[in-house]
Amino acid sequence: MAELSRVPTQAIPGQVSRGVAPRGFLELRDLRIHFPTDDGLVRAVDGMSFSLERGRTLGIVGESGSGKSVTSLGILGLHNKRNAKVSGEIWLDGEELVGASPEAVRKLRGKKMAMIFQDPLSAMHPYYSVGYQIIEAYRVHNDVSKGVARKHAVDLLGRVGIPQPAKRVDDYPHQFSGGMRQRAMIAMALSCDPELLIADEPTTALDVTVQAQILDLMRDLQAEFNSALIIITHDLGVVAELSDDILVMYGGKCVESGPAVDVFERPEMPYTWGLLGSMPRLDRVRTERLLPIKGTPPSLINLPSGCAFHPRCAFADRTGGASYTKVPELLALGGGHPVACHLAVAVRRQIWESEIKPKLEAAE
Amino acid sequence: MVTYIIRRLLATVVLLFFVSAVTFSIFFVVPRIAGSTPETLATRYVGRAATEETVKLTAERLGFYDPVVVQYGRWVKGVVAGTDYDYGAGVEHCPAPCLGYSFITRQPVWPDLLDRMTVTLSLAIGASIIWLLAGVATGVLSALRRGSVFDRAAMGIALGGVSLPIFFTGIVSLVIFSYGLGITAPGGSFTPFTENPAEWAYDLILPWITLAFLFAAAYARLTRAGMLETMNEDYIRTARAKGLKERTVITRHGLRAALTPILTIFGLDVGLLVGGAVLTESTFSLPGLGKYAIDAILNNDLPKVMGVTILAAFFIVIANLIVDLLYAVIDPRVRLG
Amino acid sequence: MRRRTVTAVALSTALALGLAACAKAKTDDTTQNTTPAFNAAMGKVFNPSDKKGGTIKFANLGDWDTLDPGETYYGYSWDFLRLYGRSLVMFKPAPGADGLKLVPDLAESLGVPSADAKTWTYKIRQGVKFEDGTPVTSKDVKYAVLRSTDKATFPNGPAYFEQFLNLPAGYQGPYKSKGVDTNSAIETPDENTIVFHLKQPFSGFDYFAMLPQTVPVPEAKDTAAKYKEHVVSSGPYMFEKNEIGKSFSLVRNPNWDQATDPNRKALPDRYEVALNVNADDIDNRLISGDLDVDVVGTGVQPAALGRVLGDPNLKAQADNPTIARLWYTSINPQVKPLDNIDCRKAILYAADRTGYQTAYGGEFSGGQIATTIMPPMIPGYQQFDLYPAGADNKGDVAKAKEALTACGQPNGFETNMAYRAERPREKATAESLQQALARVGIKLTLKPFPQGDYFSQYAGNPPYSRTNKLGLATNGWGADWNDGFGMLSQIVDSRVIRETGGSSNISVRIPQVDQMLDQALAETDVTKREAIWGQIDKRVMEEAVILPGIYAKALLVRGKHLTNVFINESFGYYDYLALGVQ
Repeated sequence: MAELSRVPTQAIPGQVSRGVAPRGFLELRDLRIHFPTDDGLVRAVDGMSFSLERGRTLGIVGESGSGKSVTSLGILGLHNKRNAKVSGEIWLDGEELVGASPEAVRKLRGKKMAMIFQDPLSAMHPYYSVGYQIIEAYRVHNDVSKGVARKHAVDLLGRVGIPQPAKRVDDYPHQFSGGMRQRAMIAMALSCDPELLIADEPTTALDVTVQAQILDLMRDLQAEFNSALIIITHDLGVVAELSDDILVMYGGKCVESGPAVDVFERPEMPYTWGLLGSMPRLDRVRTERLLPIKGTPPSLINLPSGCAFHPRCAFADRTGGASYTKVPELLALGGGHPVACHLAVAVRRQIWESEIKPKLEAAE
Repeated sequence: MVTYIIRRLLATVVLLFFVSAVTFSIFFVVPRIAGSTPETLATRYVGRAATEETVKLTAERLGFYDPVVVQYGRWVKGVVAGTDYDYGAGVEHCPAPCLGYSFITRQPVWPDLLDRMTVTLSLAIGASIIWLLAGVATGVLSALRRGSVFDRAAMGIALGGVSLPIFFTGIVSLVIFSYGLGITAPGGSFTPFTENPAEWAYDLILPWITLAFLFAAAYARLTRAGMLETMNEDYIRTARAKGLKERTVITRHGLRAALTPILTIFGLDVGLLVGGAVLTESTFSLPGLGKYAIDAILNNDLPKVMGVTILAAFFIVIANLIVDLLYAVIDPRVRLG
Repeated sequence: MRRRTVTAVALSTALALGLAACAKAKTDDTTQNTTPAFNAAMGKVFNPSDKKGGTIKFANLGDWDTLDPGETYYGYSWDFLRLYGRSLVMFKPAPGADGLKLVPDLAESLGVPSADAKTWTYKIRQGVKFEDGTPVTSKDVKYAVLRSTDKATFPNGPAYFEQFLNLPAGYQGPYKSKGVDTNSAIETPDENTIVFHLKQPFSGFDYFAMLPQTVPVPEAKDTAAKYKEHVVSSGPYMFEKNEIGKSFSLVRNPNWDQATDPNRKALPDRYEVALNVNADDIDNRLISGDLDVDVVGTGVQPAALGRVLGDPNLKAQADNPTIARLWYTSINPQVKPLDNIDCRKAILYAADRTGYQTAYGGEFSGGQIATTIMPPMIPGYQQFDLYPAGADNKGDVAKAKEALTACGQPNGFETNMAYRAERPREKATAESLQQALARVGIKLTLKPFPQGDYFSQYAGNPPYSRTNKLGLATNGWGADWNDGFGMLSQIVDSRVIRETGGSSNISVRIPQVDQMLDQALAETDVTKREAIWGQIDKRVMEEAVILPGIYAKALLVRGKHLTNVFINESFGYYDYLALGVQ
């Protein structure tokens, strides 16, 4: 893991100051995204708050169904107003998005904030050439001729490392290999120089060898454009590569956040421990078995009472029953980073040092 | 692409021969299994007071005494090289492609087919354009306003359109609009386009709309389903993420993809329809290929049946070819060969 | 499809037997008949007028069999043909019994027979011209008759001429037997005289002269099988356009001279005939007034039938003529146990006559219950009922059982019944008989056959019938013209039956009847001849080989704009020659 020498910022725990322009470039305050369905209310995102500066990378980690993608789509305003109930505040460079008109948000999409999707084969239209799709993205927000836009597309393709870009600009998505395709998707996202870039599982669909290339690319581009980057993934390894800060999501809420170093070396939430333990890593000796977290992700309709993690937590009984009844708040206690857990600070640090860390290192 | 087309066209020729051979043999072999002889076969083409002599003469004139293979060979020769026809007072040369002379009307089949084709084509093309536009528009709107009153009403009417048979809707529309209100042409009206385009359209308006109603209903439902599916695709989300206007997302990204299977089905439907819209033509008494086919079959008029069958098969095969080519043009992922 | 034939209508006495709805024939009072009423066109002229002009619209639910007068064999075609062709004689275009009379058309008078009725002479009117102005001569009539005998070229037409004319042996018609001397059969001593020589005496030759095959055809313009594309007119109208299978139109023939034609008024300016029109559409158009005539004359379809009968306004627009057609069931004595006459009689007693009528559509659209083979309008008809079916006409079960005992099958027997699969009425008839006969233990197994091959391969094929035990078979016959010969000759003469199949006569093989037929043909005295027909009818019925069903009726709708409408009793539908349009 590389040493990250950047100014750490912290998510604002508990404090939701509504209506006041925020300090961060991107700031979420108590974002809730609920989906009313016939089966019940799906609380996909249930009180997310964090902030992010330009030039910084935030990694959002969690299992499938934890609400990571829903959050990112929510930032971009891509939820269907008829299906989703969005509340809270999303501040982007001083502009509040949740209350803004759909037209205003649309104008920002692709221009100020862009997204890179998980599966570039299905995320790009199969009938249009890659160049066409990049040109389209560019011309939505820039009134230029097709010729100019095309040149720009070729430039972008070159920038993202696709060889012979002038020739490949007319190729169709299915004519690219997986890695090249993802690079093209990145080029498309970057076409208007967005200040916020969200990458939703950008490497999940790719080979491991290609993963590293893409991650390198993203780091270079971020430095070049000075964009704020959010990487959403379930893979801690990816996050370790790129992130300045990490936010762990569980059951629609943030359960632990902080600088990457802190979260990796001094995790305080049992779920994070579980994530670290269940992560296959090439740089460790192959273990006999991974240490999975028992149980399955919770239903977002019927979240467990109290701490949403308590049915799967090995330490729930050490909280004196609070885990079963009270929802833990995200608090930075004892000089550490914000954690949402009922275990006393000292207790959990002690558990980490004595019980969890050795197991992980033993597996090394 | 060119070699592919050539290969397909060659295959078409082979197929048409095959179809003609099968039709021919069904006509002769099946009755033979039931025990018929050339004479019993010929009795269909003589009057009710015919003597044995007349029956024999007719059987001879129609070539029933030759083996089936020979008769078929004669037919093929006619198609390829033309044939000479003795009409009693003289001999007429029927140039290739000569699909024979009707057993009953003694008229050459090929000119009949050409003549009837214009009627069926007029009917098919006009109706198909109407149903494509109406069906797709309704389907798209329904998909976009899924669950709304419009959606429910449109799909309900569509269900009716698909379920009601055309000989019902046709007769009822004639009674209401042609004979009751007098605003559309009565059954049996047809003016060639070359004669008077305005009259041509006026005559066909009711059959067009009646036929289109049936198909538009199906296409509305298909388009709706296709749109709903397409709009859930990832690339639609990407398009929105790029900041495109919703209208652009729907048309350029959504509809374009949803329409592809619709267009291919459209090609096949039109191909089938041109081979003979039997029910519509019978209901509206339009002298098209479908009616021709029905009359030919009911009267056991082999040359006509052969002609219509070959023509219909040809249209269907060509429609399939065009549809395949179209798909390759529209969807770059499709590789022909 | 069964061919329609020229028909005749009941004599007034016979009509009196009919149903209340049928009006008595009136030959007087043609002046005030303009108010629509049911059967207003029967026996009198409805909406009389002499006003010329207008276009009259006809429609045919199928295709015309052919416009060529040498080959056409449908009654409606014969009715219509008089517009563009003049045969030697024709049925008088008059309502009531007058319409049964033959009157001279192209000829100056009816035929003059020789003493032995083997030679017939006609004189052709002066001044008759074809549409191109060339005069019509006796040669044109001779040519027309000769060409019609070429059955290789014209297989569909009536075969009376080649049967009766004294043609040279091996004569194949003018195309193939060019230059052969045919004076042994037909002579034309001068331009206006034509003489026919027959092989055997035939007193009814005027009926042959009525056939369209005597309509003159100019040899120079004859194109054999292609002639129907443009028939050269000798009548008041000629062909303007002819699209075979689609439509044709007639316009006035400038070379027709009214002075030569006492029979025709030629009121409309134009005739438009549409072919292959949807049958229900025809009815709707008739009712709404967009169409003037349903030319086939078999009546409205079931869909319109209910409407017309149920609505008094529509019913007042309708006429319900009886036609010279009998629907019946053949009882085949070649199939055991029907070789025993008493077993056959049992069937005749047990049959439900009312059921038969219902199966065919009831009293208006089906017809009148029949007890004889000849319908009442045929001269020589005698009213008799050899097998009374009880007071309710549903069969005499007791007598049927007696007959069964007499034939040695007291508990009934089993046999098969054939019918034409495409005809729902025949299916209903078969089912009705099945039920009726079951009451006395006769078990019928119903067997449908395709109508195209019904006579050639199945019911009408003696070996097949015998092997497959087709004891009963539905059947029907309409007279070519209304006399005993036209009605009976093809269905009771055993000599028309072929072992290879194809004849309508399935069950009648009575040598005595064959003799009586020959006798009638030779009998020159009309009354005596007619009496013989009646006797033949009775003799066949005594043999119990035919179960008569109904004398057919049709429900016709008058076009709203027609003038001079009346039923021509010879045909059984409207007289197309007289119609005008307002």
